[in-house]
Amino acid sequence: MSGIKILNKLRNAIVGGAAALLLVSGAQAGEPLKVGFVYVGPVGDHGWSYEHDQARQAVQKEFGDKVKTTYVESVPEGADAERVITKLAKSGHKLIFTTSFGYMNPTLKVAKRFPNVKFEHATGFKRAKNMSTYSARFYEGRYVVGHLAGKLSKTGVLGYVASFPIPEVIRGINAVTLAARKINPKIQVKVVWVNSWFDPGKEADATKTLIDQGADVIFQHTDSPAPMQTAEKRGVWAVGQASDMSSYGPKVHMTAIIDNWAPYYIARTKAVMDGTWTSTDTWDGIKAGMVKLGAFNKALPKDAVDLAKSVIKGIVDGSIQPFAGPIKDQSGKIVVAAGKVADDGMLAGMNFYVEGVVGSMPK
Amino acid sequence: MEASDVLISAALTIITAATPLAFAALGELVVEKAGVLNLGVEGMMIVGAVMAFATGVTTGSAVLAILVGAISGALISVVFGFLVLVMMSNQVATGLALTIFGLGLSALVGHSFVGMTFAGLPNLNIPIVSEIPVVGPIIFGQDGMVYLSIIMAVAISWFLTRSRAGLILRAVGESHDAAHAIGYSVIRIRFVAILFGGAMAGLGGAYLSLVYTPLWVENMTAGRGWISLALVVFAAWRPWRAFFGAYLFGGITIVQLHIQGFGLAIPSQLLSMLPYLVTIVVLVFISRGSVRQRLSAPGSLGESFYAAS
Repeated sequence: MSGIKILNKLRNAIVGGAAALLLVSGAQAGEPLKVGFVYVGPVGDHGWSYEHDQARQAVQKEFGDKVKTTYVESVPEGADAERVITKLAKSGHKLIFTTSFGYMNPTLKVAKRFPNVKFEHATGFKRAKNMSTYSARFYEGRYVVGHLAGKLSKTGVLGYVASFPIPEVIRGINAVTLAARKINPKIQVKVVWVNSWFDPGKEADATKTLIDQGADVIFQHTDSPAPMQTAEKRGVWAVGQASDMSSYGPKVHMTAIIDNWAPYYIARTKAVMDGTWTSTDTWDGIKAGMVKLGAFNKALPKDAVDLAKSVIKGIVDGSIQPFAGPIKDQSGKIVVAAGKVADDGMLAGMNFYVEGVVGSMPK
Repeated sequence: MEASDVLISAALTIITAATPLAFAALGELVVEKAGVLNLGVEGMMIVGAVMAFATGVTTGSAVLAILVGAISGALISVVFGFLVLVMMSNQVATGLALTIFGLGLSALVGHSFVGMTFAGLPNLNIPIVSEIPVVGPIIFGQDGMVYLSIIMAVAISWFLTRSRAGLILRAVGESHDAAHAIGYSVIRIRFVAILFGGAMAGLGGAYLSLVYTPLWVENMTAGRGWISLALVVFAAWRPWRAFFGAYLFGGITIVQLHIQGFGLAIPSQLLSMLPYLVTIVVLVFISRGSVRQRLSAPGSLGESFYAAS
């Protein structure tokens, strides 16, 4: 019995000691807050990972020597990610951003093992006490450019270079289709899946294929600027993905849907510093500034640009809802009734094509 | 667009997709025929790509860019050759290290070139014949590097099967001990082969960054070096099969994209998978001794050579 008592005392002493140590480390105000970032692509991809890194630099700039940011790039989704995230958590990072959908389960696993570290996972849906999720309503941006495409397409065929059939990507395809058919009900959207987020060669091939099959506006939901460059060579309109890609297609770059993570990253870093961080689920769009549209190409007709601007305004003031009914799926069945708006649950799990998309979705 | 236009365009796309694979695979084939397995093709390709692009953008000369691409591919293969042949390190591990090294080095070199574009190579439209409908633009309207890849396929095929030097190279690959005993310098011959393989991988990379997608982004080879390695096995170490294999691999990719665009219900993943499936089957077969001989895998492939006497 007494043995157990002694053990208990010992344990209390150790726990108390650890608490005291924590207090001490908390009191050291001079120590910078270490913030870690995990990217799925290289920071030089000029797309998705590039924008996350821009936001990381903004955090560093905002807080100066009060923070120390670290990033690990080109981390494959899966087991490797878990190793990288664990390493960041072990090496004293108090806030870790994991910036791809496929990092969801690894992040959750690591979050359970490091309850004192805060985790922020982009585009996922699993949360924990110390793990938030955040994403941007890119489909709002796509809805805007869908109007432009509907207005500009002469062949009535839009081409979409897509990565993987996940709700995020399907939502974008549907938003473009719905918007374009508002302007021209005959529009058809052809989708080519390249089964990769980043493969410039294959993305270029997919773009050529779509143009050969009659598409005269190209959208991409892959990360390299190759589709933009191919569109420039062939002289058809295209939309930049994640970053401004006008340097790759000065004549055909209509605009770009730009991810602007900086305000969110700065706010969350500040929250950790102030001790006010809580687990949240953020899904912001154009209104909050998380999604921005790039400069409109000067060659675009004025009425098209005006139309796009009015759609942006409508989305900001709430008078325009991209997924407002009636919405029909490919078979013509009504999935969102007139007068209704698809809720976030439906958007988050979207797994059907709307009317106007050609072909069947890969399963 | 007319059906024949789609056909021409698809054929042109296939040629573009196949050419970098053809360069890299033909180079690796010669290296493997000399008995060395260099898994660093991806790394050599990407270094060739970044150096060619950097040269092209800085000097504006496409010819110089292609040359630099080939030379830098060869230069980085010197590291591999030294480690494997002189220090006798494990070929598989060294090749993997070369790939990782190449990816990192190219990212470093290419950092300031992100966001730039290159005009691309001019098509050598051969007068009159390139205006023949359908066939003309496909056969006579390509850029110089496509023709170079065909010339290399012919030259390598001739070299390996018809020339004395090719015979010696194959002898070194089949049995380095025997070749050494007759008096051939195994190390020197293998070194030259590795350099050649590096230059060819560099050319493949240069084609990617100058013609295929004339831009630089990190990791832009996206696994094409590995596909080339698979192609060599797929082709059972025969140059012409490697060349046409490149067109087959490239072709399946493009056809698969077109099928998707037309909305046909054939799973695209299945088609994308096919070339690799065939490669795996070939790999399984060659790991069995008797079949290995029939498929003409070099006898000393992947083994270190140590001149005991």
